[in-house]
Amino acid sequence: MATTTKEVDHVVIRFSGDSGDGMQLTGTQFSSTSALMGNDVATFPDFPAEIRAPAGTIAGVSGFQVNFGTTEINTPGDEPDVLVAMNPAALKANVKDLRKGGVIIANVDAFTDLNFKKAKYEGNPLDTHELDNFQVIKAHITNQTVEALKDIDLDNKSKERCKNFYALGMTYFMYSRELDTTINWIATKFKGKDKLIEANTIALKSGYHFAETIEAIPSAYKIQPAKIEPGLYRHINGNTATAWGFIQAAEASGRKLFLGSYPITPASDILHELSKYKNFGVRTFQAEDEIAGVCSAIGAAFTGALALTTSSGPGIALKGEAIGLAMMYELPLVIVDVQRGGPSTGLPTKTEQSDLNIALNGRNGESPIIVIAASRPNDCFHMAYEASRLALEHMTPVILLTDGYIANGTEPWKIPDLKEYSKIETKLVDGKKPAEEKYLPYTRDEKTLARPWAIPGMPGYEHRLGGLEKQENTGNVSYDPMNHETMCRIRKEKVERVANDIPEQEVEGETSGDLLVVTWGGTYGAAHMAVQELRKEGKKVSLAHLKYINPLPKNLESLISSFKKVIVPELNQGQMKNYLNQTFQCNAIGYNKVQGLPFKIRELVGVFNKVLEQ
Amino acid sequence: MSEMPTYKKKDFTSDQDVRWCPGCGDYAILASVQLAMTKIGKKKEDIVFVSGIGCSSRFPYYMDTYGLHTIHGRAPAVASGVKVQNPDLSVWLITGDGDGLSIGGNHTIHLVRRNLDINVILFNNEIYGLTKGQYSPTTRVGMKTKSTPYGSIDRPFHPASLVIGANSTFFARTIDTDPKHMQEVFLKASQHKGTSFVEVLQNCVIFNDKTHDPVTNRATRPDNSINLEHGKPMIFGKENNKGIVFDGFTPKIVTIGENGITEKDLAVHNENEPSGVWSYMLSTMSYPDMPVPLGVLRCVDAAVYESAVHEQIDNAKSKFGEGSMEKLLHSGDTWTIK
Repeated sequence: MATTTKEVDHVVIRFSGDSGDGMQLTGTQFSSTSALMGNDVATFPDFPAEIRAPAGTIAGVSGFQVNFGTTEINTPGDEPDVLVAMNPAALKANVKDLRKGGVIIANVDAFTDLNFKKAKYEGNPLDTHELDNFQVIKAHITNQTVEALKDIDLDNKSKERCKNFYALGMTYFMYSRELDTTINWIATKFKGKDKLIEANTIALKSGYHFAETIEAIPSAYKIQPAKIEPGLYRHINGNTATAWGFIQAAEASGRKLFLGSYPITPASDILHELSKYKNFGVRTFQAEDEIAGVCSAIGAAFTGALALTTSSGPGIALKGEAIGLAMMYELPLVIVDVQRGGPSTGLPTKTEQSDLNIALNGRNGESPIIVIAASRPNDCFHMAYEASRLALEHMTPVILLTDGYIANGTEPWKIPDLKEYSKIETKLVDGKKPAEEKYLPYTRDEKTLARPWAIPGMPGYEHRLGGLEKQENTGNVSYDPMNHETMCRIRKEKVERVANDIPEQEVEGETSGDLLVVTWGGTYGAAHMAVQELRKEGKKVSLAHLKYINPLPKNLESLISSFKKVIVPELNQGQMKNYLNQTFQCNAIGYNKVQGLPFKIRELVGVFNKVLEQ
Repeated sequence: MSEMPTYKKKDFTSDQDVRWCPGCGDYAILASVQLAMTKIGKKKEDIVFVSGIGCSSRFPYYMDTYGLHTIHGRAPAVASGVKVQNPDLSVWLITGDGDGLSIGGNHTIHLVRRNLDINVILFNNEIYGLTKGQYSPTTRVGMKTKSTPYGSIDRPFHPASLVIGANSTFFARTIDTDPKHMQEVFLKASQHKGTSFVEVLQNCVIFNDKTHDPVTNRATRPDNSINLEHGKPMIFGKENNKGIVFDGFTPKIVTIGENGITEKDLAVHNENEPSGVWSYMLSTMSYPDMPVPLGVLRCVDAAVYESAVHEQIDNAKSKFGEGSMEKLLHSGDTWTIK
């Protein structure tokens, strides 16, 4: 029977199985192929905190979601249209998210009594009515893979491992994907292991042909290329883009990049990534703990590096005292907080925006520092560069907030023009001071209040920095009451004046109206799509997505006051809302969620509509 | 490159008033370090002093070099960042028994393990001075302090045992009453490539006065300490007639001329013994049972961390060429949207 091809504008697929089933790889292949075919794409991996939780259990389920389409894609998608469930646990963990009428591809070979028990199913869910709202495709993915590979000289276990490519092949047929990208990838990945190249290629093709053959797939979908801004594109995830932004900032400032870090989910990939680029002169130091990570970076900053430390919530808590020291030293330092679900150890692999308070206030004493946040995976390069620029030009620590959602999410990225990222003016002294003149480390730039930066090795500039309060200009230890107040005021004003050096707040939509949606961080995509949808319906809604948080853009207050209502949706219990209300007395209302999950577009549309109606 | 200037002690003296208690052992250490700096062959702009928190950690303010007074316990991590960033600098880390062995114990052992070429001077006065008299990780059992009114029940560290156990490549001990010995030891520390760890037995005149007196006092020192010399038999005592022999792993005091003992029967110090077992045995010798070893307990060669860091960078550059962001951006799959 001939299959009919149906055109749709975007489709969300979730690949789900045991953490050993290769679902991350399968999802990545699907998104690469789709991007190369001209679709806009966004992805999000969802894996368990345990590396290998017991096979077959819900705790061990690992997922990867891909949203691809002909229109602009800004999130990995609200609800999957297709769920690939490699076992009963994967079905159980994900079926509640699936769109009504969506397709389930179930690997029936794993639907065994033992696995039902592990997934806490009483019987085979495929035999009951609980999946009546969905289209179920039962496929013998494991057995057919092994059967297809019967002539290849590999043990059974190795053959079974190819089953993810079989499943991938099925989805490739369903969405008219080309096989070449993945076949080439297999050839590179398994170079020198010809049997594995053959086996995985055959598995991919077998899945593809199976989907084409069986009548169980009533209609295939076709996704046309999206209308995207012309240019040269590549894939990037947030952590990689962050790492690359710092490398570029080091180049633009003529400083060497130093990273002092300690492994922590979901920030470790920045450490991994930067460790690769020794030929860029990058120094990476995996310290004995979080505190040593930031402290080694402070030592490197004193010695003239673009110094960086990377972590997530628990690590940021540990680094607090040292960040305060860097603020007191007035040295350039960037702290990246890839936020995860808190508090305490919390939900290490899930996303949340609950570190805003600690970023703004998590140090003893009066210790203001710059706080900025990236909005999506392909914004991380720019914001890492911005964090470095502000730290070096203003001689202060800067916290860059990202989160697990954008750190691990992948999307196409229009390769930037590096001319726009080519010059950061540091405060480095010129070394030409007359020998008899004493160097005063705490004199200030009139405009920015930044102090000069002299580094060891420069004769005549020998000086000492400490965490004790220091006398204005000289930097000598001072217990003078008025001096302390002066220094606290200067340090505060120094950060406030950064407002002169950041872009004005942009707004999507009109600059006045009924409702202003204010977001920050990784919720941009969902909020953007939701606001767009309401605007199409003629509603007077605008979006202000904040990237510069401390200080806030100068025009934000007047912008906020031009709307009847202000709503701040965030993945926490109202931290940005409280900050804005405290700063502007603006009666912003919050919409909050702390489930370790991102916002859905439809969810936000519903919330905004309700606020408009009130 | 300009020529190496000739320095005097005052060239290393900053304009800040020294604020330690009158009679504190720190004054003598400061003077000895300033004198040692005139001899290490480094320009003052290439010297960095890094400290943590505590009385001793005020030290960098008094040195006219580059300096960092950091936060409690973290000086080893800060100093590591300084040294990795610029391996040409002479980096000196000033710490105390509380700062370096209690709150900063973790950083101390990892600094030693990595073997960065940093010189550590640990002022051991067996008490918390700046917080006014609580027991420290080196305070002896039974000692009454503000926080141990019934006597300390904590078993103390021997700093030497801890550091040698952490795979140290250089450990030496000196005393705050002997400026000449201090200078010699600081010079040796600066010459060693790798982490040089120096323990100074230092007197806290206010909270733990005379705790090291039997070892540091000119009159009692000969009988309570032993000057280690590489390749020489271990002899000590006022009359120079006592010696050390080892019964298995246990050191014992013998008298030359008694029971047929001659110099040849004595243990011979070998600071280069590779495994560290020899130095560890020496580290267990403490007053009052044994004479306290002074001088270099251990000095061996091993790979230096920051050299390896820069070697990897140089190798990567010669293998892959100088990094180019333009190339990196275009690496892997790219596609054009028209």
